[in-house]
Parts: sequence; C-alpha cells; structure tokens
Amino acid sequence: MELTNEYIKQRLADQFGDKVVNFEEPYGMFTFEAPKEDNLKVLQFLFDDEELQFRFLTDLCAVHYPDQEGRELAIVYHLHNLVKNVRIRFKVFTNIQEPDIFTATNIFSTANWMERETYDFFGVNFIGHPNLKRILNVDEMDYFPMRKEFPLEDQTRIDKDDEMFGRGGSII
Amino acid sequence: MSEQIKHIKLPEGSIEKQTTTLNLGPTHPATHGVMQNILEMDGERVVSAEQTIGYIHRAFEKLAERRPLYQITPLTDRLNYCSSPLNNMGWHMTCEKLLKIQTPKRVDYLRVIIMELARIADHLICNSIVGVDSGALSVFLYVMQYRELIYEIYEEICGSRLTTNIGRIGGFERNFNNTAWTKLEKFLAEYPAVLREFEKLLQRNRIFMERTMGVGAISAERALNYGFTGPNLRAAGVDYDVRVHSPYSSYEDFSFEVPVGSTGDCYDRFLVRNQEMWQSMEIIKQAYQKIQEFKGADAEVYHADVPEYYLPEKKDVYTKMEALIWHFKIVMGETDIPKGEVYHSVEAANGELGFYLISDGGRTPYRLHFRRPCFIYYQAYSEITAGSMLSDAIITLSSLNLIAGELDA
Repeated sequence: MELTNEYIKQRLADQFGDKVVNFEEPYGMFTFEAPKEDNLKVLQFLFDDEELQFRFLTDLCAVHYPDQEGRELAIVYHLHNLVKNVRIRFKVFTNIQEPDIFTATNIFSTANWMERETYDFFGVNFIGHPNLKRILNVDEMDYFPMRKEFPLEDQTRIDKDDEMFGRGGSII
Repeated sequence: MSEQIKHIKLPEGSIEKQTTTLNLGPTHPATHGVMQNILEMDGERVVSAEQTIGYIHRAFEKLAERRPLYQITPLTDRLNYCSSPLNNMGWHMTCEKLLKIQTPKRVDYLRVIIMELARIADHLICNSIVGVDSGALSVFLYVMQYRELIYEIYEEICGSRLTTNIGRIGGFERNFNNTAWTKLEKFLAEYPAVLREFEKLLQRNRIFMERTMGVGAISAERALNYGFTGPNLRAAGVDYDVRVHSPYSSYEDFSFEVPVGSTGDCYDRFLVRNQEMWQSMEIIKQAYQKIQEFKGADAEVYHADVPEYYLPEKKDVYTKMEALIWHFKIVMGETDIPKGEVYHSVEAANGELGFYLISDGGRTPYRLHFRRPCFIYYQAYSEITAGSMLSDAIITLSSLNLIAGELDA
C-alpha cells in the first residue's frame, strides 16, 4: 500500500489525537509538530509501526526563532522510510529558558553526534544523552553561536581602524 | 586517569591503567585531514577510540545567514573538497527547488557529466589512499594523472580546479568549450584502461585482500542505524542511492546499476567504489551522447531563463538598461528570495549530502543546515575499530572516505 501524506497524517492523528498539530506540505515534504514531551513517543511510533517504518534518521538540527515567545527553538528531525522511499519532517518546539528535550540516541545511534552538534550551536539540552558536550567548537566556549542574538559583523562598518584588512580610517 | 578513559573497565584487582593512550592526529600523515583520534591501545589492539573533530570548523552555517544565495556556493566548495562540483550542484539544485526554477534538459545532462566526473575523482582518491595505507604507493601516483585530467576539464568550464564554484543558479556560467569536450573524450578513451590496471594491481592482490577483508566491517542494520549513506552503506548491502530513490538533474533518463557489497568491510567498500567508477563512466557516455543529439538553438542552451538570479552577459550589462539592473541586483544580493522551507539532497561521493534551507522571505537564508555524510558516519568509527589492530584502524579511517572539510563544516 502506498504511503501517502494523508495516510501518515491519519495514523498520527489516530495515535496521538490533538497532540500532533500544524500539518504542512512545503515542497511536497510532509511536516508536522508535536509537543516536546512526546518527541520520543512519536519517533518510536514512527520507527516501530509496521507500515510507517521511518527507521532512518536523515538529519537533525535546530532553528532559532527569537520572536516566537515560548517556542524560540525548533528541533527538526528529517526521517526517511527507505522501503517505501518517503521522507517526512518532524518538528518540536521548546522555549529558550529551559531547552530540555529527550534524546533520540536510544532509537538512532546516529543521533549522538547530531545532538551534540545541536547542543553545541543552539544549547539544546538533550536529556539522557550519553556524552553531551561540544563537538565542533572549543570546550571553553560559554555561549551558543548559532542563536540569532549573535549577528555576524556588519560588512559596511567603518568604526574599526584596521588598515591591514582594507577597512581603514581613510573612509572618514 | 584522564577524563577520556574513565569508561575503560580494568580487570578486577588491577592497580593501574593497563592500556596505552595513543594520539592519532590531529596532524598525522595517516589521517589525511585534521582530525584527532585518542586511541586506547592494549598492545597493538585498539580498545576504544574517541574522536575529536572541529579543528577546521569555519562556521559555514552561520556565514550563510548573511549571504545571498549565490555567495554560498563557494562555501559548499569547501565541504568535501575532493569533489566540490557535487556540492556546488547540490546547492544550485536546492536553490532551484526553492525558487521553482525548471532547468533545461541540456543543463541537466551537462551537470550529470560534471557530477560523475567529480565522483570518479573522489573515489579515485579514496581508493588509491586505501592502497597507500596498505603499503601500495605506486597505484596512488599512477592514477593521479587522471584526476589531473578531470581537474583540467573543470578548469576549462569554470577556471578553477579544487574549489571550483562551478555552475550558477539555473545552469552554467558558460557553455562547455571545445577543449573541454576534447579532454572529456580523451578521458573517456583512456581512463578505462587505467582503471582496469588499477583494479588489476589491487583487487585480487593477496596482500591487499588480507589487509582489507574483514577489516572495519559493519552490518547493514548498524550502518542504517548510524545513518550511513553512499558507498559505505551500499558496501554493507543496502541499495540506497539518492540518484535512484529521488532522482534529480534528470538521473531518471540514464540507465546504470547500483553496485552493492555484502560484508561492509574495507574490501567491499573498495569494490563498491571501483564499480561505481565504471557506472559513472557509463553515465558520462550516455550523457555525452544525449548532449550531441541536441540540434540548432537547443544545442547552445546552458542555463535556464531566470534573469532574477542568473547574471546577464557582460556585453549586455554595458549596453542594456535591464541587464544592468539585474546585474546590480544580483551582485549586491538585493533580490528577496521567496518564503519557504526546503530539503534537497544529492548523492555526493561519500553519501547523501543534504541541504535544509529555510527562507523567511529576506535576501539571505534564515537558516541553512548541511547534512554532511561523513560527519554522520564518522561516529561509528569507534564501534567498527574496537578490537582491531592499529594498522587496520588506519585503513578503516581512509576507507570510510573522511574529508575534514566536510566533517567540520
């Protein structure tokens, strides 16, 4: 039987009721959202179900939306059913004061480093992770650089007297 | 006892650590890139390995948030720098998907040629390095001249060799010139003999087989759980190939086989890569043939008609008002990109390279995430090397095709 987006949506709604919300299909990829307490339940259901079989974690990353109060951080899972070749996207939102979320490492070994990377750049605290420490940045770093409060340097700034890099005071 | 080795269980009653800590890397000729492995050795056997990565982290995802789409292409060059064109094409296709640009067939076929050449160049390096690490240096030097020829083809098209920045959103910056075609013909004519000889030197070579068979093996189930993709997954027996599963750039028009292995060890990975090179040759031949079938005006098409994103010709910029405006808007990155969220992946040389792009309607991406295959499968390294000899661990490292640039983004 073909695994259509409507069917996945129906199965999720049957299993989780009102908890799964915000069904979308941007560029054809089925996308939905669940509360952060239920992220493991949803992932486990998608993994175990005989028809859904989303057993390949393609990608895991976070997105920071500073304007959405209470749901500043989105954790995005891209899952793939390799048998029927269907991809879906699953999102979980959390606030930035307590960015705690359960780790998926017990379902997917590959989530280990993906979660470390997400912690490293966004400060998402994955509860139960075996080794949650920085992976690409130095251990001494005390902030989470991919958050939007750290903008990149303005390319047009002229207050730096830095002639070595071609941004000298000669402009003034 | 240091922090890193707390997890090692010592035999009952032992008073001190009985293993040796060995630092493999970050700058070691056998790691072929800047990455560190802290190995716990029991004699010559590896007890556990802990990887430290991030030595060449360059914050591409952060940088991308301040750049218009076309300026992100040079960042993708520096992911897997052994096959930059694959990354470039993957990025262009992601943008085209977001912007809903339909590329002409000829562009797709030209892209297929470049992507398959890049795949050959990458596999060539990886397989010959496996040879080097098992003590066969001559094959590496022998095949290098054909990687050189591939680089010369790139050079004819985009002007650069390693970090290519090849192609544009919507197509190519220029049509392939005659020198490029001549060099491609030379490659197609000469390379099969070289590849055959390369195989002859290693494939049934007793020493090479003994060194690689059963080394660094991973089961299909574990490989899937670890998110393996590309030749490493196929060597374990799973026939997942993005080119077949979600065809892009008209791959559905080509007939080719997806070689699979069975044991997932270094030898199978070597065989799968070799077979993929043969398949790539077939694809290039088919694409070349298809391109020659275009006649008249169709035979000159090398980009889609998207003035908002594709730079106009320089002579038009000087003479036509409209072209000048587009030129300015593109170069200054003043075009707003549509709002949307898109994931696109291509079969890069070492696995599924994915781009997750979120746009909020501004001029730059709101968020861009690279799914970098070797970052994802490198974490399996400590599992697949545990219990092996040190020299086997080194072969496994090169046979996984780890590229530090892609690892660290």
